[in-house]
Amino acid sequence: MPNVKRLKNLSGSASIVGVAESDSLGKVPEKSPLALHSEAALNALDDAGFALSDVDALFTAGWSTLDVAEYLGIQPRFTDSTSVGGSSFVIHVAHAMAAIAAGYCEVALITHGQSGRSDRAPIPRNPGAPMAQYEYPYGIIGPPVSYAMACRRYMHEYGEDRTRQAMAEIAVSTRRWANLNPKAYFHDTPLSFDEYHDSRWVAWPFHLVDCCLVTDAGAAIVVTTPERARDARKGGVPVLGAGEGHDHSMISQMPDLTRAFGRNTGPQALQMAGVGHKDLDLAMIYDSFTYTVLVSLENLGFCGPGEGPDFVASQVTAPGGPFPLNTNGGGLSYTHPGMYGIFTVVEATRQLRGEAGERQLETCDLALAHGTGGLLSSTGTVVLGRS
Amino acid sequence: MATDHTKPLPVAQPESDHYWEQAANGKLVLQRCSDCGEAQFYPRVMCIHCGSRSIEWIESSGRATLFTFAIVHVPPHPGFRGDVPYVTAIVELEEGVRMPSQVIGIEPDPDQLRIGMPLQVVFDQVTDDVALPKFRPVE
Repeated sequence: MPNVKRLKNLSGSASIVGVAESDSLGKVPEKSPLALHSEAALNALDDAGFALSDVDALFTAGWSTLDVAEYLGIQPRFTDSTSVGGSSFVIHVAHAMAAIAAGYCEVALITHGQSGRSDRAPIPRNPGAPMAQYEYPYGIIGPPVSYAMACRRYMHEYGEDRTRQAMAEIAVSTRRWANLNPKAYFHDTPLSFDEYHDSRWVAWPFHLVDCCLVTDAGAAIVVTTPERARDARKGGVPVLGAGEGHDHSMISQMPDLTRAFGRNTGPQALQMAGVGHKDLDLAMIYDSFTYTVLVSLENLGFCGPGEGPDFVASQVTAPGGPFPLNTNGGGLSYTHPGMYGIFTVVEATRQLRGEAGERQLETCDLALAHGTGGLLSSTGTVVLGRS
Repeated sequence: MATDHTKPLPVAQPESDHYWEQAANGKLVLQRCSDCGEAQFYPRVMCIHCGSRSIEWIESSGRATLFTFAIVHVPPHPGFRGDVPYVTAIVELEEGVRMPSQVIGIEPDPDQLRIGMPLQVVFDQVTDDVALPKFRPVE
């Protein structure tokens, strides 16, 4: 089991000094996934005031660090291709901190790039893997079908109508944040409750607007020591707490469809940071689906099992509300290339630095970023502070 | 018999050859641990409950209940274009394990499908060699 006492010594031992997206997001058929990785990497290094030659550690998922390092022309001394779905990049932040604290490296680069919309050669799955063998033949393929089955079970346990209302609340409040983010895919498109309920079915109980976008996008993060963070262009955002793990791969093997692994990673990250839920000013929670947010809030301990629908009622998570959630517009309305997790950290860092423009929170001293990967399979949580 | 099957087909692994061979014979088989007695889905070389390597095959009764479902409207693969809307499910077998499948023989309507409803396995012969265990409501 994680040794929280020792983890507390690790708290704050690395800082995020650079965050960025690729030059363009959305429909970007003219750029390959590796081009998106590279643009984001250069932009994040520029944000930090660091050079590519400063980088001595590389972290990525989806692609191997072999491919990304060669494309970037770097020779990392620490390498980590941990790939457990969209949560991977949040987990990379924690791995970077551990590697930096241990002395393996000083400047860690985490990159992401995916052409969810325009990819000419999507990465195929191993056809002998259990998921391909036991779920694909039934048309249980891809996230919407799997998450929809988890959501239906939640509805059975906690009530269909109140779950539906909560999903609508999340879709609408997230869109209202996207309307404040010029980089958001749906920046100019509002969403009403009526439009939510009229949206076509993808996989019942999911409407189209319960599902995240499918875009082309890249993002990158630079993590370094607190000492080097002092020389960074914008200073550093300390990593205060972290947790990671997974409990299944296929949705049919998930131990409890209403309790994802955030039940462990949320409390661990907060304990390590030495803070409580009430201390947080911002929650960035991977919203692959509206349901993902609902169940994650419960798993992370913001409210109890089955209490999510009451917790998100009446647009409390929307701009101006008491519980700011997914202020970039989320995977639902900002961007979602396939493995969105890195963008939760990018936005949390921007809010903590006070550079989020029209959507900037009045007070943001402490933020939580939470990624979910696979089919509710893995989670990674980090707590970030201000230098 | 379907010869133009365009959906993904299972690629059996050595530990799952028996599972798929028996499915083609109209039998649903599971593994049970000879040491702790727990059943498991899917076939492995060891018991996920106690780590034992003493695994035996048992035939499932095929009786199950509906644990959860979804009704798929947008085909996630070209092979399912002609099937939508169809009902995917996780079913709980009488032996205490959950497996993925489809519910067939019922309207793909959320009001027709009831969590906990009793189901019985049936075999859908999708190619000459492959049969998929699916589930049908018990009258």
